[in-house]
Amino acid sequence: MSPSPLIEIRDLRIRFHGDDGRVTHAVDSVDLSVAHGATLGLVGESGCGKSVTSLAIMGLLPKQSAEISGAIRFDGFDLLKTPDQTLRDLRGNRLAMIFQEPMTSLNPSFTIGDQIIETILRHRGGSRKSARNRAIELLRRVHIPSPERRIDEYPHKLSGGMRQRVMIAMALACDPRLLIADEPTTALDVTLQAQILELMRELKAASGAAIILITHDLGVVAEVCDEVAVMYAGEIVERAPVDELFSAPQHPYTVGLLGSIPRLDHRAEQLATIEGMVPNMAQPPAGCRFAARCPFMLDACTKAPPPLLEVGPGHLSRCIRAPLELLVS
Amino acid sequence: MALLEVEGLVKHFVAERSLFGRALAHVKAVDGVSFSLDAGKTLALVGESGCGKSTVSRLVLRLIEPDAGAVRFDGRDLLSLDANGLRAFRREAQIIFQDPYASLNPRMTVGQILTEPLALHDLVPAPRRSERVSELLRLVGLEPRLARRYPHEFSGGQRQRIAIARALAVEPKLIICDEPVSALDVSIRSQILNLLSELQDRLGLAYIFVSHDLAVVKHIADHVAVMNLGQIVETAEADALFAAPRHPYSRALLSAIPVPKPRAKSSRIVLQGEIPSAINPPPGCRFHTRCPYVVDRCRSEMPRLVADGIGHATACHRTSELPSSEAIVPMDGGFSPVLEKLVAAFSGGPEAARGGGVRSLGAAPTTP
Repeated sequence: MSPSPLIEIRDLRIRFHGDDGRVTHAVDSVDLSVAHGATLGLVGESGCGKSVTSLAIMGLLPKQSAEISGAIRFDGFDLLKTPDQTLRDLRGNRLAMIFQEPMTSLNPSFTIGDQIIETILRHRGGSRKSARNRAIELLRRVHIPSPERRIDEYPHKLSGGMRQRVMIAMALACDPRLLIADEPTTALDVTLQAQILELMRELKAASGAAIILITHDLGVVAEVCDEVAVMYAGEIVERAPVDELFSAPQHPYTVGLLGSIPRLDHRAEQLATIEGMVPNMAQPPAGCRFAARCPFMLDACTKAPPPLLEVGPGHLSRCIRAPLELLVS
Repeated sequence: MALLEVEGLVKHFVAERSLFGRALAHVKAVDGVSFSLDAGKTLALVGESGCGKSTVSRLVLRLIEPDAGAVRFDGRDLLSLDANGLRAFRREAQIIFQDPYASLNPRMTVGQILTEPLALHDLVPAPRRSERVSELLRLVGLEPRLARRYPHEFSGGQRQRIAIARALAVEPKLIICDEPVSALDVSIRSQILNLLSELQDRLGLAYIFVSHDLAVVKHIADHVAVMNLGQIVETAEADALFAAPRHPYSRALLSAIPVPKPRAKSSRIVLQGEIPSAINPPPGCRFHTRCPYVVDRCRSEMPRLVADGIGHATACHRTSELPSSEAIVPMDGGFSPVLEKLVAAFSGGPEAARGGGVRSLGAAPTTP
């Protein structure tokens, strides 16, 4: 990583207190950093804590039920200690987020123009006229045809791909330094997905913003990310530069994930599967959280939680059996 | 003889009615679709949302009635069947849906869910039904004792297994899988895909597999039909299609597959413009508004689906003039030899891992 990352997460822990008194360990000791202009992929399956981590960065977790500790340093702030007022100034401005489902994240009773202009006026001020011009400019940047006309339309009149573009335009309204994209292409068809990924690449090159891309699609990760963090049961189990992760993964879970994707080049009779189920996060296991599903498990794995250790330059793994190539050589 | 033959299937939905109930606009969801499927084979229907692939699958089962066309199953004309005939047909063709959360009745135990088709079709005498339920559960990789539980007690992947078991209960010849793995995580997805292929081999099932995930389609399908706005634009053996797609729409679709290999060489065709509405599909070729190879003829004359000598059919006026498409589908390059072995060891379980030369340090694994 470069000397001063744009965002640095230290020992982030998030616990949810349920109404019935149960405590769920959603995220445990997560360390992450993203350099200026870099793209980090956050990968994992449902419930692994990747979305919760991003909501914590945005300060969007419910205060009553979520207990958060650790530090999230961004641009001179510790986001976890920043007062709400300041957070509101940061969100939509230097910190922006796009979500999976563009229909539910746009307000159906306002035109898309109103919604983009509101963001601009809130953070940049100026006249409504100039904000409107900027909104049209933004819509043009995300390749929405005839933006002068489209700006006065309501979200329901736009297709899914179009709406996701509007979300991106809105996120870009104030030139954010960090853009968090939570499954931005999952709800889209492959042709639209290609358009949106192309657009994200283009915008990153133009604005130099850093991106945290949350996804379960390893194909998308391979395509746009510089670095990848794999999460399992609330922990980061592996972190590596993108080439490394796909050529020489160092955590059994990552191996299982890669093996379970159908590949285009050759037709395997059987895909790899990850047997068993994710542990109950109300009582996380004492040792490695993946141990119960891991074919490479040893006794030691269930005794103590394995640390996240460096196994190569910039490559970290939370597995005591790494380097894994020794297992098959 | 093919198990299923579909000819000239048409379904238009009314999109708008006048004050007096007269239809003003139609969504041309399916507009002249023909294909056939052999027993024990898999046909995949692919295309973007709204292309009509799910409508086709429902028409085939007569869950909705077509406006025109013919469906023949095992030589019988489905559209002429009466209620009794239709019920008998449903024993032979079943469907599983995308969302295993919505397709299982939350108030019934798994045992009841699986007993219902047995009782309905009077397949198994009452005293033997619970035994058959256990058998079905084992067939899809679940323990028989789970029959007493309710759907909410299961994970998404397990629920999809239950839905598959329910479809299998009547011993069908054809199962329509409508996006069966789209709602599942990758590792669970591979379990369900493996299960579906295994069941096909064992029971000789035919599948119509509706999916927008093209890597999954490549993995599971024997034949693929690519649909655009209610019509099939290309159909071929899966391997032939993925090796060299011919129709410009198939080319764009297949070139856009994201592959799990960083810096994969890509000749991606990014389509410009939006998917036209199926209410007023463009005249001529329905793809012409987005086609990079469009010529005047495409705007006025609708191309017909024409097959070559090996059954690879394309609906495009310019099929013969288009540039070669051999490098269009991105290549993921496969795994390195070491990773290949690791993946094999991973799937092979503890034995395979230990067989790799490294002695296990611990004794028998203990339950955590």
